[in-house]
Amino acid sequence: MQSSLGSPTASSILFFFLIVALTLVVTYWAARRTKTSSEFYAAGRSVSAAQNGLALAGDYMSAASFLGISGMVALQGYDGMIYATGWLVGWPALMFLVAEPLRNLGKFTFADVVAFRLKQRPVRIAAAVGGILTVLFYTIAQMVGSGQLIKLMFGIPYEWAEIIVGTVMLAYVLFGGMLATTWVQIIKAVLLLIGVSILTVLVLAKFGWSPANLYGAVSAKYGPSALVPGGFVSSPLEAVSLGLALMFGLLGLPHILMRFYTVPDAKAARKSVLYATGLIGFFYVIIPIVGFGTAVLVGRDVVTKIAPGGNMAAPLLAELLGGQAFLGFISAVAFATILAVVAGLTLAGASAFSHDIYMSVIKRGKASEEDQLKVARIATIVFGVCAIALGIAFKGQNVAFMVGLAFAIAASANFPALLMSIVWKRFSTQGAVWSILAGAGSSIGMIVLSPTVWVGIFKFEKAIFPMKNPAIWSMTLAFVVGIVVSLLTPEPEAQEKFEEEKLRTYLGVGAE
Amino acid sequence: MKEAAPPVTPSVNHSPALGRPARGTRSAAQVVASPEFKALVKRRWSVSLLLLTLLFVSYYGFILLVAGDKTFVSQMVGENTPLAIPMGVGVIVFAWLLTALYVAWANRSYDPEVERLKGELHR
Repeated sequence: MQSSLGSPTASSILFFFLIVALTLVVTYWAARRTKTSSEFYAAGRSVSAAQNGLALAGDYMSAASFLGISGMVALQGYDGMIYATGWLVGWPALMFLVAEPLRNLGKFTFADVVAFRLKQRPVRIAAAVGGILTVLFYTIAQMVGSGQLIKLMFGIPYEWAEIIVGTVMLAYVLFGGMLATTWVQIIKAVLLLIGVSILTVLVLAKFGWSPANLYGAVSAKYGPSALVPGGFVSSPLEAVSLGLALMFGLLGLPHILMRFYTVPDAKAARKSVLYATGLIGFFYVIIPIVGFGTAVLVGRDVVTKIAPGGNMAAPLLAELLGGQAFLGFISAVAFATILAVVAGLTLAGASAFSHDIYMSVIKRGKASEEDQLKVARIATIVFGVCAIALGIAFKGQNVAFMVGLAFAIAASANFPALLMSIVWKRFSTQGAVWSILAGAGSSIGMIVLSPTVWVGIFKFEKAIFPMKNPAIWSMTLAFVVGIVVSLLTPEPEAQEKFEEEKLRTYLGVGAE
Repeated sequence: MKEAAPPVTPSVNHSPALGRPARGTRSAAQVVASPEFKALVKRRWSVSLLLLTLLFVSYYGFILLVAGDKTFVSQMVGENTPLAIPMGVGVIVFAWLLTALYVAWANRSYDPEVERLKGELHR
């Protein structure tokens, strides 16, 4: 099969400029409505539940979900589907455990909740460290992936791709703040869902509208093993540990948690999770059809020839079934996906610096509105430039493990402290700080010593820590450390405030 | 345009059916200490934890089956369709249903009680 992938075609350039132009118009509109810190960080709490549901879905469905899972299903068959389920099940857990209390207690970041009744400075610093580490590793993985993808799809050199992504997303965040970022997510989520739905319909049309016919064709071409679990999860302990990281990692992703402050109240926060879960669930239910369709119609050999990891499966299928114009559309959608996710991450990273560190630690909560906004924008530029620089620095490196690392830190450092601060009266300042540090330190340490990094990257002979996914240990450790240290350092004032806090946690009285 | 109606206040200060205090008569501490508030918080976490348990059973059950019993998940349940495929889709749909169940419960049972308790607070 001849493919025009890798050279810019008229249709891909057209769709690319249409999407960028549309998002910049939205940014211009949003910039005129972004004058206070609450507007910059939280879109003035004016986003509706349905809009936030779409934006959450946009923030979460990265290029890894779209290109990665369809490619995994195309090349490895069923194992890609196991991944898809893991990416979804965090959403109900997010709803049951933290969504509403988070909305009621916080202002702009999840650190607001952890520090609510504890000593501000140590807790803010620790929570910002956990948050920034999570966002940083996630950003590096996204930036490196985007450079490679854009090079493959448009033929633009890697470094230029980094600079283009970095500059456009900086324009969104810097001028339009959370309002522009939210609308960029909404536009991207709608385009992505439309694109994948069309691909699914085109595949099903080829197989008499019956998934069973498609499975039959997969089985005929690659054997029945393509439709059943293979080697991806063989050790039950490893499988559960990966599941824990995916499920509870979501509950500690700063850029996702931050979205809950954009809606007016806890009720809207709750509804937005339902919308997001429905949209993301729909996406993960249909994406395997795209993957299986690619395996049969395009062929695994063609997919691996263009990109060994399988990332170009969906674009190749789009070209085969919809021609060059549809390939242009899908490529532009993948590009918009990358832009939107990096924009959300940048806003979250910048808010940890400016709101948690500058405003709460350095200025001790006393800074003028103008000052706050200025620092937020400076932090955005710093974070954006770092993202571009790191993206270029890690060129050619295998950074796939960094997404796993981001989820492991989120599940081990951010989530335990957040949950304990909401539900446990005796949680203390020292307990929070040490729990976050133990979770972050142990998850980073165990991943560095794991087969993925110790053997895969550093080329040592044997891994010191045997598992690929440490969350089952690092998350447990963070809870144990948090509980033991809190019991050893009782904090009567924090316990007293817990009772007052309940009115805000459960009734939303005094919520911002 | 009609003027906004003043908030409806029960004619009797004490609603005898519910045995609850009148609107705007309780302090924050009294509300937090009240049995109604405690029951609400307890119910919220019971519902959450019950749904979370169902989520755990379905997802980790799925993962453990897929990792542990390959013959079981490879059996055919339809034309060309091994059990593993509807199981994967089932986990996703079930997770969404649990979320919908929580929202339905919260809208019907949690929110009205929140409004009642908020109404009892001092202005």
